[in-house]
Amino acid sequence: MAINVEKIREDFPILSRSVNGKPLTYLDNAATTQKPQTVIDAIVDYYTNYNSNIHRGTHHLSNLATEAHEAARNTIKDYINARHDREIIFTRGTTEAINLVASSFGQAFVKPGDEVIVTELEHHSNFVPWQMMCERQGANFRVVPFDENGDLKLDVLEKSLNERTRILAFNHVSNSLGTVNPAKEIIKMAHDAGAAVLVDAAQSVQHIEHDVQDLDADFYAFSGHKIYGPTGIGVLYGKEKWLDAMPPYQGGGEMIDQVSVEKTTYNKLPFKFEAGTPNIVGPIGLAAAIDYINNFNFDELIAHEDDVLQYGFEKLSEIDGLKIYSKAKRHTSIIAFNVEGIHHFDLGTLLDTQGVAVRTGHHCTQPIMTALGVEGTVRASLAFYNTKSDIDSLVAAIKKALKMLGK
Amino acid sequence: MASIQEIQNSIIEDFSFLPEWDERYAYLIELGQKMEPMPEAYRSEANIVRGCQSTVWLHRECQGDKVYFKADSDSLIVKGLAALLMQVFSGQPAEQVFQADLTFFEETGLNKHLSSQRTNGLMAMIEIIQSFAAKCKNGEVYAITEPLQKSTTT
Repeated sequence: MAINVEKIREDFPILSRSVNGKPLTYLDNAATTQKPQTVIDAIVDYYTNYNSNIHRGTHHLSNLATEAHEAARNTIKDYINARHDREIIFTRGTTEAINLVASSFGQAFVKPGDEVIVTELEHHSNFVPWQMMCERQGANFRVVPFDENGDLKLDVLEKSLNERTRILAFNHVSNSLGTVNPAKEIIKMAHDAGAAVLVDAAQSVQHIEHDVQDLDADFYAFSGHKIYGPTGIGVLYGKEKWLDAMPPYQGGGEMIDQVSVEKTTYNKLPFKFEAGTPNIVGPIGLAAAIDYINNFNFDELIAHEDDVLQYGFEKLSEIDGLKIYSKAKRHTSIIAFNVEGIHHFDLGTLLDTQGVAVRTGHHCTQPIMTALGVEGTVRASLAFYNTKSDIDSLVAAIKKALKMLGK
Repeated sequence: MASIQEIQNSIIEDFSFLPEWDERYAYLIELGQKMEPMPEAYRSEANIVRGCQSTVWLHRECQGDKVYFKADSDSLIVKGLAALLMQVFSGQPAEQVFQADLTFFEETGLNKHLSSQRTNGLMAMIEIIQSFAAKCKNGEVYAITEPLQKSTTT
């Protein structure tokens, strides 16, 4: 049974507003997704009815807040099928989750002369922290390239993995191109070489398979705001054996067991990695987002997204001079393109005046832009509330913009 | 030559005849397209003003008590914005440029519309123009590259 997208759209209040006097066509979901009313309500409910600091309180409100915060951890654990709640660490976002691993894993396991591998498809957030860590630890930083279609060169990856490789970090889905990397295959390859693996799931957890046990990921990071939840909350999943062996990332409250002048002992997982008063409401909002998704059959949501995506490819490729960069064997939710002779910023700006929100620029992936030989692209990115009519609006807006730009 | 404020007022008036934003952008694009091509020699590394998304080349020159500018960009809209800045500032006394209160971006609503100005390098352009004017005024700089003919700068 197909999902009722019109009904879904009613659950997202912002989708009915207008922008620049035109109905909003929101195609910037890879940057951030909109929030269903249930998420907004959960946040308002927290601040209205039970705002309180958690874990240490002796009073009723603190118990309510702690319960909701920890129940959220459980909801998130179930969504990605982690084994234990304690393997779910709350962070500010994907970036902080990756920095945490780069720092703590690096400190514990990466020695001078060791190797760390990332790919050329990475967001700067899954590139720079590893580069910094390699500099700190005296390790070698290796980058696996992609081919002309935006697929990773798996043969190069296989050759790059060796007994000195400590960790491989890659994104399941490229934020710039929408390439879906064959994560299971890549993770097995890395494990066979004895390396741990971090999956940047910022662009995948909401669009494709997201079972961390099935993937066998050692670490898995994503952001709440890209999966219909609030900003400022992210998730790091880590296998318990790794998290136990890693030193804390930051010191402070919450993460300690006993503190004395002589020595401090650390709290157990997950709190060892959650220094300071956490973002209490963030997980509550994120869990509300996951509960919302769970109202539907995930495969049906994705089938709808893919349907709109295919329609987008079809319609955009009919535009004269439009070049699509998303050509990988398998991809999801993202169409990156340029129009010959037109600057991406000009196109993006003129789309905005017509109420169409897309992203333009290098999308924090300068190595990809360098490899493609462009300064930037226009990126339209979908969520399950988008429709074929959004694509029609995009296409009409592009045509009008091209006319204005003298094409 | 009209003063900086007079030129700004006339830009504000021009925009007031264009109530729709697509008309305003069409106007900016036209300004960009009509701008005199920048001599290749001025498209140098030293003249690059980097925006997050577009590149601007800004040639600046100090002659006597006046400053002269020439600009170009790979984005037509940014080029149109640069053209407005050239209209306002190029050929004006350095003292006036340095002290100028840039009102036309607000008055035309361009500032709100181009919400993230750092993406187009506009703020960076204005900063460079005004700090160059300050240096010119204090006798600290001369032409960055060879001098322009005055006729091409006005």
